[in-house]
Amino acid sequence: MSAQAALGAEGRTPATQPAEVVLEVDDLQTYFFTRGGLVKAVDGVSFAVPRGATLAIVGESGCGKSVTALSLMRLVADPPGRIVGGSIRLDGVDLLQLDDQAMREIRGNRISMVFQEPMTSLNPVMTIGRQISEALMLHQKMSQKAALARAVEMLQLVGIPEPKQRVKEYPHQLSGGMRQRAMIAMALACNPKVLICDEPTSALDVTIQAQILDLIAKLQRELGTAVILITHDLGVVAETAERVIVMYAGRKVEEATVGDLFARPRHPYTRGLMNSIPRLALMRQERGPAVERLQEIPGIVPALVNLPEACIFAPRCAFADDKCRGQYPPYEQKSPGHWAACWHSDRIAEKADG
Amino acid sequence: MAVVDHSAELARAGANVRGWTGSLLFFVRRYPLGAIGAVIMAAFVLTALFADQISTFDPFTTNARISLARPGGEHILGADFMGRDVFARIVYGARISLAVSVGATVLGCLIGVTIGLMSGFFGGWFDLIVQRLMDIMQSLPLLVMALVMAASLGPSLTNTIIAIAIPLVPNVARIIRSNTLSLREMPFVEAARAIGMSETRIAVVHVLPNTLAPLIVLATAQLGSAILVESSLAFLGLGVPEPHPSWGRMLSESAAEYVRTAPWLVIFPGIAISAVVFGTNLFGDAIRDILDPRQRM
Repeated sequence: MSAQAALGAEGRTPATQPAEVVLEVDDLQTYFFTRGGLVKAVDGVSFAVPRGATLAIVGESGCGKSVTALSLMRLVADPPGRIVGGSIRLDGVDLLQLDDQAMREIRGNRISMVFQEPMTSLNPVMTIGRQISEALMLHQKMSQKAALARAVEMLQLVGIPEPKQRVKEYPHQLSGGMRQRAMIAMALACNPKVLICDEPTSALDVTIQAQILDLIAKLQRELGTAVILITHDLGVVAETAERVIVMYAGRKVEEATVGDLFARPRHPYTRGLMNSIPRLALMRQERGPAVERLQEIPGIVPALVNLPEACIFAPRCAFADDKCRGQYPPYEQKSPGHWAACWHSDRIAEKADG
Repeated sequence: MAVVDHSAELARAGANVRGWTGSLLFFVRRYPLGAIGAVIMAAFVLTALFADQISTFDPFTTNARISLARPGGEHILGADFMGRDVFARIVYGARISLAVSVGATVLGCLIGVTIGLMSGFFGGWFDLIVQRLMDIMQSLPLLVMALVMAASLGPSLTNTIIAIAIPLVPNVARIIRSNTLSLREMPFVEAARAIGMSETRIAVVHVLPNTLAPLIVLATAQLGSAILVESSLAFLGLGVPEPHPSWGRMLSESAAEYVRTAPWLVIFPGIAISAVVFGTNLFGDAIRDILDPRQRM
């Protein structure tokens, strides 16, 4: 179902020319079994990513987007977490059915990940070159020499100057942006089908953010890698992704193409996220003080333990009524390629138009 | 404000260090104490290796005529009660001390690192059981434990090494384990998993090298203390047996009887022991600074 939705994003007619879906996630459920109770960190999330496409997963901290990423890699710490249901098909192979050894051969080779913190995601006592070579020696059985030569190429590819020099350096000798480039080089060394970027720019300053996003987009075009971009920053989404999933409290609440989502958001949470982006034009007029306050979404993401049957967003939602507080809305297609889980999605879309 | 002399500052930072001799000179200037330590250790190792060339006398040959000969003259450091040349015995004793200190430290560190890494990284029941064992071992004083081990194993060079190495294990295991516990939660370990490395390989390739800086300090300090423990064991009659010239035994044989009448029998082995212990400690501190890449800019 969502595979077709993704196909629509490509702007092609699914019947005639189906874009090759690389990664297909269906009804993924990752639960944490804690002393406090059952936490459904990822609850029934489905999506599909075609070759070379970018899918963004958006949401506040604690909405389950990072756990989704870790689930795709099967790196959720067990205990307390466990993937209890669903499937993750990479080129048709269900990763959840593989044994540990087979999964290790997939990680870093066909599906890899860039982490949020470039400062601590590199081993401080190992040279950059050595760390990039690790994956190559592991998966492509390259000799150390060949792997190091390839590491130099990779550093060149991610735009690090003097790569021959840099491979011999340690992480602390690189700036934050350079380290994130090195991380990307590491992740892409084996030319994976899918690259998961978990908040790749959150720890970087704004000028570097744009560079890193451009770099990811450029490499994606060159290498044909599908990218899953996990972020809380809608600005990043607008710049890079074709399709967006909005998550709230472990569930998908909305999914659409980027254009559609920004033009006509159909879930109040998405609207809230958009309203909380600062805009200079609104914040400052020519004369006088700020005319419009930056809007935030009232309240916080609820604890995910023992959720009620009602719409989880209702307590924070201006549109909520008794129906919302009684029953969780179905996740359904509201307009072609645009899915949402909200009883009042039409009203919300209208408001966006107005 | 003082004018900064750029070239002098750069030279201090080692910017124009070239080649092997250049690096060596830089090391000496940057870590003068470490250099002293290195010289002492080098002298110690070379003495051990070339003992037969350095000493003209045989350390085992007794000669009643020169019993308790004073230092100076033919026997520069004198002779002991049995008429054996003290200089020769100290020179040959370096072999024993080197074997004991290096052997015990390496053995103890190997076992300790393996245990510490496994228990810190994999945890679980292995960690629980092994750490309780380490608790028991640590509750006994090092020397007493070595004493018991030496007494039960019987006196020989190998047994002395084992007796000194085993009490070292808990210390090493503890340090490695505590470091591993914090390291295994580091994002780079997760990143290593994300490129498909196995847990064992992550432990050895990523975690272990990060624990080495404190281990090297501990190991170099242990080099010295192993010599001390061996001396103590020998002093109590449990170390490397006669007729091997052990520095500790030389001290112990002479201390009670001859400290007044022939003090050179006590002073010279004592100087040898303290010099080597001092040297290893100085060298260890410098090595720690150098090996830590976070300090190497």
